[in-house]
Amino acid sequence: MAELETFRRETRDWLLKNAPPDIVGLPANDLEGNWGGRRATYAVPGMKTWLLRMAERGWTAPSWPKEYGGGGLAPGEAKVLSQEMTRLRLPPPLIGFGLTMIGPTLLQYGNEEQKREHLGRICRGEIRWCQGYSEPGAGSDLASLQTKAVRDGDDFIVTGTKIWTSYADKADWIFALVRTDPAAKKQDGITFLLIDMLTPGISVRPILLISGKSPFCETHFESVRVPVRNVVHKINAGWTVAKSLLGHERSMIADAFGGAGAGQRTARLSALASLARERLGDARGQIADPVLRDRIALEDMDTRAFGFTVQRAKDGAKAGHRPGPESSIFKVYATELNMRRRELMVQTLGPSGIGWEGPGFTESDLETTREWLRSRGNSIEGGTSEVQLNIIAKRVLGLPD
Amino acid sequence: MELILTEDQELLAKTAADFVSEHSPVSRVRKLRDAKDPVGFSKELWKQMAELGWLGIPFPEVVGGAGLGFAELAVVLEALGRTLAPEPFLSTVLLGGQVLLLGGTEVQQKEWLPPVVNGDCILTAAYQEPQTRYDLRRVATRADRKADGWRLSGEKIQVLDGHVADALVVVARTSGGEHDAKGLTLFLVRKGAPGLEITRQSRVDSRNAALVKLSGVAVGPSEVIGAVDEGGDLFENVVDRATVGLCAEMLGSMEEAAASTFKYLKTRVQFGVPIGSFQALKHRAARMYIELELSRSTVMAAARAVDEDHPELPKLASLVKARCSDAGILIANEAIQMHGGVGMTDEYDVGFYLKRARVAEITFGDASHHRDRWARLSGY
Repeated sequence: MAELETFRRETRDWLLKNAPPDIVGLPANDLEGNWGGRRATYAVPGMKTWLLRMAERGWTAPSWPKEYGGGGLAPGEAKVLSQEMTRLRLPPPLIGFGLTMIGPTLLQYGNEEQKREHLGRICRGEIRWCQGYSEPGAGSDLASLQTKAVRDGDDFIVTGTKIWTSYADKADWIFALVRTDPAAKKQDGITFLLIDMLTPGISVRPILLISGKSPFCETHFESVRVPVRNVVHKINAGWTVAKSLLGHERSMIADAFGGAGAGQRTARLSALASLARERLGDARGQIADPVLRDRIALEDMDTRAFGFTVQRAKDGAKAGHRPGPESSIFKVYATELNMRRRELMVQTLGPSGIGWEGPGFTESDLETTREWLRSRGNSIEGGTSEVQLNIIAKRVLGLPD
Repeated sequence: MELILTEDQELLAKTAADFVSEHSPVSRVRKLRDAKDPVGFSKELWKQMAELGWLGIPFPEVVGGAGLGFAELAVVLEALGRTLAPEPFLSTVLLGGQVLLLGGTEVQQKEWLPPVVNGDCILTAAYQEPQTRYDLRRVATRADRKADGWRLSGEKIQVLDGHVADALVVVARTSGGEHDAKGLTLFLVRKGAPGLEITRQSRVDSRNAALVKLSGVAVGPSEVIGAVDEGGDLFENVVDRATVGLCAEMLGSMEEAAASTFKYLKTRVQFGVPIGSFQALKHRAARMYIELELSRSTVMAAARAVDEDHPELPKLASLVKARCSDAGILIANEAIQMHGGVGMTDEYDVGFYLKRARVAEITFGDASHHRDRWARLSGY
């Protein structure tokens, strides 16, 4: 315990000395922040300095091994670092799918050469990754994907279309699932492949969502040549890798939508309650609409209960317990919490919550409305809630097929 | 706080689970009910629980307790909840015992807590009145000051284990009007006191409850617990703690109701297949599981908040009670529905779980009461 307190002191001192002043108070979550990459843009000039200093210390990926560019921190230390960053209102120096999805997957399944080639570049924010999983004909039934990869000497020739490739228009590399054996059972003919987006034959088209904007793209592959050495794990064994990565993805989504509070008071909820007080008025110290007040309290309380559940899983992992299938619970529950919250925000706004653009609506109300529309996708992306419930029923409860 | 069980707590959980499955099947509750047992629980089993050290878990060593806390107590209560054990934990350890622990003088503690820990004394609290609903401060029972102490008059309802209690903690008004938050005082009333009339009540879960009528019951100054007129805050704190304990018991009950339902889904065959293969039931089963897991985390957090004397305890007590009330009813309702016709029969155990879930939901306030309290405590 004393060692951890020393670490806390040293960490705080280092952070205070090295964090550029203009980054303080910037958003700290998995969806807003510095994504890095070949074409990185920085919200403030200090963000680039912040990235360089933190990366040099290995603290863009605090718990990854040092030899691959990480910080080599024990779970307790990583928690301290995160607590101190929160306390000092410092945003993460880097976010993105490299850190949350492909990095952990490569640590588990990548060969030494792949780890050396990719992990360092992820930690330094040099390469931004995107995910090529879903296809127009393969949504919830992901394993029915049809993008084919045909062997040609030391290369695969990849042809097909991926959809919902978040930020493909800004990404440098893509990790994709491709069909390498059309004759095998659908899960058995899939390979997990790393592809440089600069390779000839790749085209990207953004997709507009009901919210009026979107990070999503459709990514088309026309005879794209990819070296066989870019296969992660084994040829035709990509489904195993894919499932593991989905676990990381679902944890990431859960963290982004309410798990990060880990039982602590979250600022967001007081924001919901205070918005309601501001817009609906106050009757003897209480939100004037008693029904909405009850629903806000329920949302507030469920968020807290969920935070405790995430904390329980993390404390369990720290104590060396094997992680259960809770990532499926987390994904379902965290996204539904967020969706309920967005809906309550818009209902609280009332007539101010139905603006699309232009006069008569404030920027922040318009943003709230767009975010509500965007949030309807939360229970679809990354595996629909229905698929998650199937997974819980099968793997946790052991119900028959 | 860390939300994991220590090795000692794991061991305690296992001991409790073994004990409960060996000595306390649900059939025991059925027998007590059908025989209209005059005691309403097993004195012998209560004594055995004392010998295992369970009754002393939240009490200090000076009164013979184990000097442990609610994190440990929750583990035992969860095990007891699994088979709906009707022993008087809630009344004796969590209500009466906690009042004395938090508000009693050394003399009072020395008189009452050692026999509680030894399993020789049943305590309870008489706080609910016909008009109270869930407002603990709404008390009409009066305590009038006399030269030699006080005279208590009023009517209390659904006093847990009232008819077998050796003493009752009575919440009475010493000043102010029926709705005032201040002006409440706690009194210890011994069984058999002149003017004390106790009538056993029958509730759906068939656990012990009683009407208590006080007609000028004389109480000496040494039987006041805590400060005169200041009993409201003390009692609310006790109820917060008792609520956390009750929720641990509720957790165990919902766990068992859910587990027996999942088992049934795997074995009951209709249309030539186990009904658990139907997606309409699978998704609902998964929802039950999610609610159960969230309830478990909240119980663990609230129990640790009691032990840390956490300033947020009132909010966390409301959080855990709202959640366990709703989850308990959801799971019990689904358990009956998924069991189908057999779930409606008295012969089958699942109905016992629904009945207990309803009583537990109402005890110390239902979910909407606690959401209101949470919002108030949060400043909105």
